[in-house]
Amino acid sequence: MAHQTNYNLDQRFDFTAATKKAIFIVGGIGAVLLILGIIFAAMGGDHGHGDDAGHAFHWTQRLFANLWINNVYFVGIAIIGVFFFAIQYAAQAGWSAGLLRIMLSLGYWLPIGAVLMIVSFFVVNHDIFHWTHAYLFDINDPHYDKIIDGKGAYFYWPMEKGSFPIFYVVRMVAFLGLWLFFFNKLRTLSYGEDLKSTGHNWFAIRKWSAIFLVVFAVTSSISAWDWVMSIDTHWFSTLFGWYVFSSWFVAGLSAMTLIAIFLRERGYLTMVNENHIHDMGKFVFAFSIFWTYLWFSQFLLIYYANIPEEAVYFVERLESDIYSPWLFANLIFNFVLPFFVLMTRDSKRHSIFLKVVCTLIIVGHWIDHFMMVQPGTLGHNGGVGFMEIGMFLVFGAAMTFVVLTGLAKHNLVAKNNPMLEESYHHHI
Amino acid sequence: MERDKNFVLGIYDDEDVLLNAVTQIRQNGVKIHEVYSPYPVHGLEHNLGYRRSRLPIAAFLFGLLGTTLALTMQFYMMKFDWPMIIGGKDHAAFPDFIPVTFELTVLLAAFGMVGVFMVSSNLKPWGQPRIFDIRSTDDKHVMAIDLVNNSHLERERIVEVLKASGATEVNNKSFE
Repeated sequence: MAHQTNYNLDQRFDFTAATKKAIFIVGGIGAVLLILGIIFAAMGGDHGHGDDAGHAFHWTQRLFANLWINNVYFVGIAIIGVFFFAIQYAAQAGWSAGLLRIMLSLGYWLPIGAVLMIVSFFVVNHDIFHWTHAYLFDINDPHYDKIIDGKGAYFYWPMEKGSFPIFYVVRMVAFLGLWLFFFNKLRTLSYGEDLKSTGHNWFAIRKWSAIFLVVFAVTSSISAWDWVMSIDTHWFSTLFGWYVFSSWFVAGLSAMTLIAIFLRERGYLTMVNENHIHDMGKFVFAFSIFWTYLWFSQFLLIYYANIPEEAVYFVERLESDIYSPWLFANLIFNFVLPFFVLMTRDSKRHSIFLKVVCTLIIVGHWIDHFMMVQPGTLGHNGGVGFMEIGMFLVFGAAMTFVVLTGLAKHNLVAKNNPMLEESYHHHI
Repeated sequence: MERDKNFVLGIYDDEDVLLNAVTQIRQNGVKIHEVYSPYPVHGLEHNLGYRRSRLPIAAFLFGLLGTTLALTMQFYMMKFDWPMIIGGKDHAAFPDFIPVTFELTVLLAAFGMVGVFMVSSNLKPWGQPRIFDIRSTDDKHVMAIDLVNNSHLERERIVEVLKASGATEVNNKSFE
C-alpha cells in the first residue's frame, strides 16, 4: 500500500483568538457559577451545626475542598502527560511518534499546579486535613486520638507531632519538584532534538524516561496517600495509590485523545490517522476497565470483610443521600459508558464517539476525585452545586489554556524522531 | 453447498509479489478461493477483499451468555436453592457475585471464540481440512482458484493470469 510520507513536519499549532475566546467563555461561565456558589454558601451556609469534630461548618470549607479536589485532579492529569511520554520511550513505541508533543504539552500545567498545590495546602490546612490539628497528639486533651498519634510521625517527623508537618511538606515539595525536573529534562531533550540538523536524542530521552518511570512509580503512590488518603486519617487502603493513579491515567489519556482529535479536525497532525486514534481509544477503553478493577477490588474486600474501621469509608458514601447517587454516577461514567461505547472497533476509529466518551470520562473522574475528598471533609455539608461545577470549569479552562499555549510554542511533531517512519506505517 | 473439487494453484515465493498478484488477479475478474501462507502476510486479507471478521460479535454473545449463566446460577443457588448467610450479608449479595460472573464471562467468551473459529475455519475435530500444497506450511504461498466459481473463464486464461502475476509454478489440484 502506498503511503503518503511528505508530511509537513515543521507545522506549529496556531492558538487562534477564536479558540482562546471559547476557553475564556467556559472559564467565565465557571467563574460566574463559582461566585454564585460562594454567595449562596455564604448566605445560607452557617446552618450546618454539629460537625463530627464539634465545631460549626463554615462555607469556606467547601470552597477549600473544591480547591483541593481540582488541584489534585489537574496536577494528576498534567503528570500523566509526562508519564505517558516516558512510557513511549521506555517501551520503544513507534506508533505514537506523532502524538509525543501532545503528551508533553499536558506537563505545562505542572509549574502552576505545583505552586497552587503547595500554597493551597497551607490555606486549606485544618479544613481538609483533620490530622493537622495539634490537639490530636496531646495525650491530655479530650480530643486525643491514639490512632492518629500512631501515624503522626508520617506527617511530622522529625519535628514534634502536632507542630509543623515538615515531613509531609517536604514530600509534597520534593515530589512536585522531581516531576517538574523530569518534565523539564524531557521537554528540553525533545524540543532540542528539533534543532539538530542530523541525529536525534532518542537514547538520552529513553534513559531519562526510564529513570522518571522508577521515580514516578514510587512518588505517584505516596502522593496519593498524602494528598488524598490522609483526609480520612483513620482509614487506609493498600491499593489507594494505584487507584488514584489509574483515575489520573484515564483522565489524562482522554485529555490527550481529545487534543489529538481537536488538532486533526483543524488540519494539524496529518500523519495522525484513524489508526493512531484507534490506539488511543484502546488505551482509554483498557484503562477504564483497569480503574474499575481497582475501584471494585477496593470496594469488594472492604464490603466482604466488613471490618468497621475499613467499612466506614463506604458507609459514609453509600448511606448518604448526598453521595450515594454520585457513587453510582462514578461507575456509570467511568465504567459502563466507556465499556459499552468503546467496545467496537468502529467507535474507536470515529472521533465522534471518542469525543463524547472522553469528555464524559474527564467529568467522571472529577466525580471520582469529588468522592475521594468531600465525604471525608464536608460530610453532609457537601454535594455537587454551583461551586463544584464552577471551580471545575475554571480549573479546566485554565489548564486547557496553559496546555494549548505550551503546545503552540514549538513544532507539533518531533521531526527528528527516528520512530516517525514507523508511525506513518502504523496500520491496525 | 457443493464443495468445489478442481483447483488451479499458483505458487509464490515472495510476499510482496503475492500481495500485488492478488490485486492484479482480482482485477482480471478471477475469483480467488483462498490463499495459504506459512505466516501472516500483512494486508493480505485487505487485498483479498475479505469482509471484517465477525468473530468479535461471537465473542460478545458468548460473553453475554457467560454473564447470564453465572448470575442465574449464583442467584438460584444462594437465594432459592440453598440460602446461606455469608458474612452477615443478604442471600443475594450482588457484589459477591461479580468475581465469579467476571470469570465465567471471560471463560465463555474465550472458549466460544476459539470454538467458533475452529468450526468456521474447518479445524473442527470431525472436519477434514483440505491440503492444497504441503509447502504452504514451509516456505511457499499457495493461491487456490477453483474452476467451478470461475466457469466463465477458460482454464488456460487463469493459468496465463497466474503466470503473469509472478507465480513460480502453476499446478492442478483435485479432491475426491
